[in-house]
Amino acid sequence: MTPDRLDATFQALADPTRRAILARLALGEVSVTELAEPFAMSQPAISKHLKVLERAGLVTRGRDAQRRPVRLEARPLAEANGWLERYREIWEANYRRLDALLDAMKRAGAKPRRRRKERRS
Amino acid sequence: MNAQAADTIMVTTPNDLEVVTVRAFAAPRTLVFEAHTKPELVKRWLLGPPGWTMPVCEIDLRVGGKLRYVWKTEGDGSSFGMTGVFKEIVVPERLVHTEFFSDNWTGGEALITTTFTEKGGKTTVTITMRFASKEARDGAVATGMTDGMESSYQMLEEVLKSTAAA
Repeated sequence: MTPDRLDATFQALADPTRRAILARLALGEVSVTELAEPFAMSQPAISKHLKVLERAGLVTRGRDAQRRPVRLEARPLAEANGWLERYREIWEANYRRLDALLDAMKRAGAKPRRRRKERRS
Repeated sequence: MNAQAADTIMVTTPNDLEVVTVRAFAAPRTLVFEAHTKPELVKRWLLGPPGWTMPVCEIDLRVGGKLRYVWKTEGDGSSFGMTGVFKEIVVPERLVHTEFFSDNWTGGEALITTTFTEKGGKTTVTITMRFASKEARDGAVATGMTDGMESSYQMLEEVLKSTAAA
């Protein structure tokens, strides 16, 4: 990969809207109109983001003039980085527990009763 | 249907110093914030890999207040700790605190910014972990990495894997 392509990829992924666009495309290709919808963003604004993603080779756009469907590019990917993978797995586990706790809190319907903070000497 | 997967985590490395995680929860922000700041609640989920408990969880929720966490594994009984200090607190939307671990895996103190944003009854929690230096971040992150090209593919894989349809 050339340094330019590397920079383009980093820049593409450094924006939360573009990451969310990639997440949506991972579920299947969509037209630009459908893509813009969840972001409450104008189509020109979404198109600007798509240009950045196209430059990085992360998406391609179909030739159908009407729909111009946007497609995630499946690329040969290196083996997942060990530390980031472990970090993600740990936080997935933490957050599944947090999901269960939040469900219990919602069912309880009110703030949990206060308890004295436990102190260990 | 909201096309954005609400319950999958995204982990990225947006620059040389930071690791960012983003995750949405089906709960109001006040509850999510409480679950992050009340020790009796934090102990129930911030446990890491399986087999660990959190025998110590102290949170003094004020600027300058201290955090202290100790995790213990049931296996060989070894423990692992973290201390920190709150730098900023905006209830219920933002927390900034430092973290230092007993095994110093962060290569010096790390700065953690946690934001809570609510939309349509769902709360998105974004954690930005800022390492003391690029070397510290890379030291943690770079296990097995050989060059920058590999890291960009890995970053993309993290984004895609963590958001693939369940």
